[in-house]
Amino acid sequence: MPSATASPTQTKRGSSNPFIAFCQSSIGKKIIVGVTGVYLIVFITGHLLGNLEIYLGQDHVNAYAQFLQGLGPILWLERAILIAAVVIHIVVTIQLAAENRAARPQKYAHYNYQAAKPSSRTMIYSGLLVLCFVIYHLLQFTFMTTNPEYRHLEDHLHRHDVYRMMILGFQQPIISLFYAAAIFFLAAHLSHGFSSVVQTLGINNQKVSGFVSNGGRWFSWLIFAGYVSIPVSILIGLIK
Amino acid sequence: MTTQLDARIPSGPLADKWTKHRAESKLVNPNNKRKFDILVVGSGLAGASAAASLAELGYHVKCFCFQDSARRAHSIAAQGGINAAKNYQNDGDSVFRLFYDTIKGGDFRSREANVYRLAEVSANIIDQCVAQGVPFAREYGGLLANRSFGGAQVSRTFYARGQTGQQLLLGAYQALSDQINMGGVKMFPRSELLDLVIVDGHAKGIVVRDLKTGEISSFPGDAVVLATGGYGNVFYLSTNARGCNVSATYRAYKRGAFFANPCYTQIHPTCIPVGGPYQSKLTLMSESLRNDGRVWVPKNKGESRRPDQIPEAERDYYLERKYPSFGNLAPRDIASRSAKEVCDEGRGVGPGGLGVYLDFAESIRRLGEQTIRERYGNLFDIYHNITGENAYQVPMRIYPAVHYTMGGLWVDYNLMSNVPGLHVLGEANFSDHGANRLGASALMQGLADGYFVIPCTIANYLATQLGKKVSPDRPEFRAVEEEVRGRVKKLLSIKGKRSATSFHQELGLLVWEQCGMARSRDGLKDALQKIGPLREEFWENLNVLGGQQELNQSLEQAGRVADFLEFAELMCLDALEREESCGGHFRVEYQTEEGEAVRNDKDFCHVTAWQYTGPDSKPVANIEPLVFENVKLAQRSYK
Amino acid sequence: MNFKLKVWRQQNENTAGQFRDYEAINIPAEASFLEMLDIVNEGLIARQEEPIAFDSDCREGICGMCSLVVNGIAHGPGKAKTTCQLYMRRFQDGETIWIEPFRAAAFPIVKDLIVDRSAFDRIIQAGGYITARTGSAPDANSIPIGKTVADLAMEAAACIGCGACAAACPNSSAMLFVAAKISHLGLLPQGQPERTSRVRNMVRTMDALGFGSCTNHYECEAVCPAEISATFISRLNRDYAVASIREGLAARG
Repeated sequence: MPSATASPTQTKRGSSNPFIAFCQSSIGKKIIVGVTGVYLIVFITGHLLGNLEIYLGQDHVNAYAQFLQGLGPILWLERAILIAAVVIHIVVTIQLAAENRAARPQKYAHYNYQAAKPSSRTMIYSGLLVLCFVIYHLLQFTFMTTNPEYRHLEDHLHRHDVYRMMILGFQQPIISLFYAAAIFFLAAHLSHGFSSVVQTLGINNQKVSGFVSNGGRWFSWLIFAGYVSIPVSILIGLIK
Repeated sequence: MTTQLDARIPSGPLADKWTKHRAESKLVNPNNKRKFDILVVGSGLAGASAAASLAELGYHVKCFCFQDSARRAHSIAAQGGINAAKNYQNDGDSVFRLFYDTIKGGDFRSREANVYRLAEVSANIIDQCVAQGVPFAREYGGLLANRSFGGAQVSRTFYARGQTGQQLLLGAYQALSDQINMGGVKMFPRSELLDLVIVDGHAKGIVVRDLKTGEISSFPGDAVVLATGGYGNVFYLSTNARGCNVSATYRAYKRGAFFANPCYTQIHPTCIPVGGPYQSKLTLMSESLRNDGRVWVPKNKGESRRPDQIPEAERDYYLERKYPSFGNLAPRDIASRSAKEVCDEGRGVGPGGLGVYLDFAESIRRLGEQTIRERYGNLFDIYHNITGENAYQVPMRIYPAVHYTMGGLWVDYNLMSNVPGLHVLGEANFSDHGANRLGASALMQGLADGYFVIPCTIANYLATQLGKKVSPDRPEFRAVEEEVRGRVKKLLSIKGKRSATSFHQELGLLVWEQCGMARSRDGLKDALQKIGPLREEFWENLNVLGGQQELNQSLEQAGRVADFLEFAELMCLDALEREESCGGHFRVEYQTEEGEAVRNDKDFCHVTAWQYTGPDSKPVANIEPLVFENVKLAQRSYK
Repeated sequence: MNFKLKVWRQQNENTAGQFRDYEAINIPAEASFLEMLDIVNEGLIARQEEPIAFDSDCREGICGMCSLVVNGIAHGPGKAKTTCQLYMRRFQDGETIWIEPFRAAAFPIVKDLIVDRSAFDRIIQAGGYITARTGSAPDANSIPIGKTVADLAMEAAACIGCGACAAACPNSSAMLFVAAKISHLGLLPQGQPERTSRVRNMVRTMDALGFGSCTNHYECEAVCPAEISATFISRLNRDYAVASIREGLAARG
């Protein structure tokens, strides 16, 4: 006997707990990635603004660093949230990527992209490359494991001389080049990520969509320009 | 032996009949509704709306369609709109006016009571569809917009861009989906009805082939509802979808249901012409194009110059010449026949000489290309996509094509055929459009039948069937199943040389020539002589590859063509015996000197319901006289 | 015109498929893509080879039945059209043309180029409707709907349910299809009472059926024959988030 189409009530509907069901759903996961993404965008912007203080001179940078250190528990709270955001952003993305792979078990022999940009198609790779960089970046400037000599840098007020540390770090062309490449991948990630977040969080519509995707590109290249300007300025001797 | 046809029309004044009928109809107790299984075949406007509404009432419904989803039925392609006597425009519309326009448009060959009911429930349809979320066009104030359609003098057509059929069908499909989710309907897509099972004279089941697996099985039911559409594809090329076929209604006919007025077919004058033998379907272009386009052909036969090189003096604007007052806006059938005449004279244009020019050059000069683009831009785009020609620069080519069929299985006021239990809805029945259908009325009829008529009238039959459930073990089921299997096996075992398509094409050309826009006694006799041998060749020289226990599109098609090959004969016979011209049926012997159709109300003011009498014997013509108590029969004139 | 075809042939869901080479010879430039396949099939039948199975019905771009990926593009090259509206004059004489079925775990192959898209029906069955018992509707003009909203709802409602969005999406996501229905019904006042349950049930059914998630490539929008805007997906995300919050608040009492 021919079979009737099964009723959807027969298919799995997920948890009855609304929060768990949300977190298990594809859109829920996307929103989690989006919200953590927004947090990371804010952090990246703030971090850039802090870094750009290098143009204001040694005193400003070191005072800012000391201010941050002085925040104590608040700094640790912020760091905890940041780490959580990074972990959740990555773990959920990997889950989604695995589900998406399963949704297309047989690939097209011959596929012809119509709209997807290289940045959107390489999000997971650009993201993972940025992660690798972040680890190195922390080892270099935060834990100073790669460069223990940075620990002893002090300015005339006996503050940790972050200014000098940045100049020493970026005076090595290889480090600067690696840094610039990593920031390039970050910018590519943001170029799609920014407009993607607007779409995923449900803010996009036909009136603003053009503005959002252009805005995403402008924002990411501004971030790129801002970050990369520092090693460039150091290498060409603008900052000594 | 002819049968007395009882249409079961309620007595009383026309305007009260439906109300009275509802009050007097039998009811089925809610507890008993659960005991009834209804088999709905087809999921277009009529089928989907019926299945959903019957399930809402509590009946157990099984719904079958041959497409991969209920949403793809050909109702989806209707563009124009849906009529309703809402009188939202304050332009004097009323139920009676819609009724009268429909009766008159049908050339006085439909049943007063049915048409009045159609006009009456038309307003409810719009309410129902809006409640379902059908996004009809609206005015800025938020109320519904209307347009005038098909020459109607009032604006009563509701529309959703050029996709009204799609939106109405999606509304019905969504209501159906709701009921599938609730468990009231079981849906069987990719399932084709291959025969009807009659038990003790009643329709009690169907035999279906699962098109995915090839499995043939039977389904018992307490009533059968056919909503399987029209038979326009008997002509091979038509504006119908490729899958549209006559098989369900023709199989029912062979099981005893009467087929009424098969000769009533509607031809649409503005379609894109046939490009070559490879062509698989014809595309409709909106008739509105004739508002600004001028129709012409060259005066000389066998003209080979490009249209822009033919001087004015050598062009024949034949509609303007023959019908000076209506000109290019002459009615559909006249415009269609005139195009055929000039092409038959050898003056047609384009590949195969089957086309006439629809020229916008003058309008573009007068109004500017921009205005024409605003009015018809999307149509010019469709034309360009299909033909590769730019109609802003060269004249469009158009030709008539089969569009709708008014004939269908005979039904009474309850929409039940002469076979008890077999109900027929929508284009598949013959009931409401007479010899010609008005624009924007097909959607109205499909939904009226499904949403509002059958849910009420089916109870008149089912109330008599309590406790009479037929066991699926009855030998009748096995017997029909075996017959169906035998037929499928036969189709696969011929192993001849020709594909089903080639037979279909040959049949289509033949009936298009002799039973298309203009029919003659000799032509019809000729066709009747040729169909038989073609059918014989089909059963000897058909080539169907593949097997039965799998998806096999050639086999599906072969079965449908086999039925068309028999049905075509019935259509030609009906056309031959109806010795008058009315609506979509034009007999060249019955016309005025100016080429106007001449109706014969004295001898043919009736429905001819054909009764199958066996493979080699002529079917019997049963007559249902049409009685007009509320309208005066009028003859139209377009001079 | 002549073409070399590389066509996916597969007997049924459970057997492996492969590309087979065919020659399409003497094809008129005016023929549609499906008519080209019809001609090839007639040739195959004459040579006693089984014809290529592919879906089509209305052949005028509205039923949504045709479903081919031509040269790696769902419905083939060109904007806003279904496969049946693709014409051979668009191709170069002698060109090699790849023809594949829509590929997605949720669209199992039935035969050759035919896929089973009943997953879309199940998503609609999960809530893609407004419950309106026949006969119970108020007068159609008792609910005024502003023209802008009505027009936007119509844009979303234009979806033909062909599945090209899921076929084109690198993740085989059905989000554009679901978004179109959610937006069509969610924009209208009639659709408000069931808005929360509709989006929740449709999205969870979509997930359960094995479609992927949206990573905003907008391949779907690029191939959509009905030109459904991907911004409707944003509306779907928002509706789903709001529905989840409502659901959470309701659960807390």
